[in-house]
Amino acid sequence: MIRKNEVRKNQYYDSVTLMVASSEMRRLEGIENAAVMMGTDHNRMLMTDAGLIGPDTEEFGVNDTVVGVLAESEAAAQAAISLFEELLARKKSNRDGAAERHVRTQTEAKSGNPEANFAVISVPGRFARAEAEKALSLGLHVLLFSDNVSMEDEIALKDMALEKGLLMMGPDCGTTIINGTALGFANVVRRGNIGLVAAAGTGLQEVTVLIDRLGGGVSQALGTGGRDLKAEVGGRMMSLCLKALDADPETEVIVILSKPPAKQVMKKMLEQLEHIQKPVIAAFLGGDPSLLEGSRVVYAEDLEQAAVMAVQAAKGQTPAPKPDDVDELTRLARGECEKLASSQKNLRGLYSGGTLCYETMLVFRDRGINAWSNIALDKALLVEGSEESKDDVLLDMGEDFFTNGMPHPMIDFRQRTLRMEKEAADPSVGVLLLDCVCGYGTHDDPAGELAPAIRQVKAQAEKAGRHLTVLASVTATETDPQVYSRQVQKLTEAGAIVLSCNAQAAKLAATIIELQRKR
Amino acid sequence: MEEKKNQVNRLFASQLWVVNVGVEVFFQAVRAQKVPAVQVDWHPPAGGDTRLAEIMAKLKSL
Repeated sequence: MIRKNEVRKNQYYDSVTLMVASSEMRRLEGIENAAVMMGTDHNRMLMTDAGLIGPDTEEFGVNDTVVGVLAESEAAAQAAISLFEELLARKKSNRDGAAERHVRTQTEAKSGNPEANFAVISVPGRFARAEAEKALSLGLHVLLFSDNVSMEDEIALKDMALEKGLLMMGPDCGTTIINGTALGFANVVRRGNIGLVAAAGTGLQEVTVLIDRLGGGVSQALGTGGRDLKAEVGGRMMSLCLKALDADPETEVIVILSKPPAKQVMKKMLEQLEHIQKPVIAAFLGGDPSLLEGSRVVYAEDLEQAAVMAVQAAKGQTPAPKPDDVDELTRLARGECEKLASSQKNLRGLYSGGTLCYETMLVFRDRGINAWSNIALDKALLVEGSEESKDDVLLDMGEDFFTNGMPHPMIDFRQRTLRMEKEAADPSVGVLLLDCVCGYGTHDDPAGELAPAIRQVKAQAEKAGRHLTVLASVTATETDPQVYSRQVQKLTEAGAIVLSCNAQAAKLAATIIELQRKR
Repeated sequence: MEEKKNQVNRLFASQLWVVNVGVEVFFQAVRAQKVPAVQVDWHPPAGGDTRLAEIMAKLKSL
């Protein structure tokens, strides 16, 4: 094994560009590991730990780009570095073709384009406040994708935005649809009369997708960032978004998605909702209907129910939860149990979408299945993700432990597919549960990445003389760049059972596990 | 005050026009949806400023 490094002085590339390049380099024949990172202290540590840099690596600083490759041969390493250069050259030639669309600063952007009204900001967290302040001072609404922004900075930015009557969505806001345009990680959905506001990124993707699939449409889908409903931030942005949706003539139904808000924030929100005449559906994941006692807000148990009831309300019907087709779920579960050995009593869920993982955990909790998880509600069930799995496990692979210096699992599938192999090798595992999140910002073909891994784990189980049930759901619409039906087809052909949404996949998984444990 | 309150609703009633600062994939996604946009080719503040900014950030979090 040889290590090869290259340092490019004073060259900055955004994290996604570097992640995509790293991931393409790792695919090459003869490459054990490869990464391209900016030379921050944190990245220096990660690359050292991975053996990608060493004492003989040329000196570098925070403004330099560092390439590290571990390969079987000098030639393989050189091929990976050449690929990186090629990717950069391609990027540069694309850029030169649209030179008029690139500027150096926001001020330049705004002065050259006075009609600009919205900033999407995804710079490293420590620079995020300065850029967001600049955008707000230029009168731009802000979607702040960056994370690692302090609560104090969040509050200051939101106060500045409120002063100007502007949206300040985030930090850590991944998903928004404004005037039909998908921003961040978001799907292409039909326009309509349902307005959403969410403090739960993948939750917003799932619900907007399901609304589209049920024949409804979305007026606006706004994200507040995950911390907005915490006591400290006090629902500052939620309140502005609700006001705007209430005043919006295109919005006839309002949907709220979040984990249960802090008590005083909930009280304030309910007071505001009192004055809204439009039907309001709220899914406070992990909460209970008593949160909404005495209000006319309709409680939705999960993301699927939120979408179902929103579409009903949008058609002028009285929203009512859709009962599960228990017979069908039981029929499907029995079919799988017949193929599984009685010793296969455990489940492993590997997620790229945090809210989807959370939703599954709630389904399990309601069914009395206690899964270990890196986002467990019950601290006694908390795991980091690095441990050997045992019993039932649900992992949000978008959490820090997995993304620390690594690409997000919605962009790069390597960590998840490796983990699939590991979990499937455990003879106690009967069910593997997956999400497949599509839309702008995510991988070009998530199912295309998952399908070979599904085939492989099923074959691996088969070889060991057992069956493995793979359950999945696809968060996509027919109008998404990845196309819903094509994604479903790829997963199905690989041998997965694809359910209509994550809640249904979670419920089928729970049913199978319950039946297996009775054997 | 009314003027301020209506900024968000004015956005809803206007053509969305995006300034993308940072990750270029998001700029390409907006352009693919035929929405006008400009990319700010963001770089960390030059030289020692970055280091200083990092130290300031660390101090702030203490």
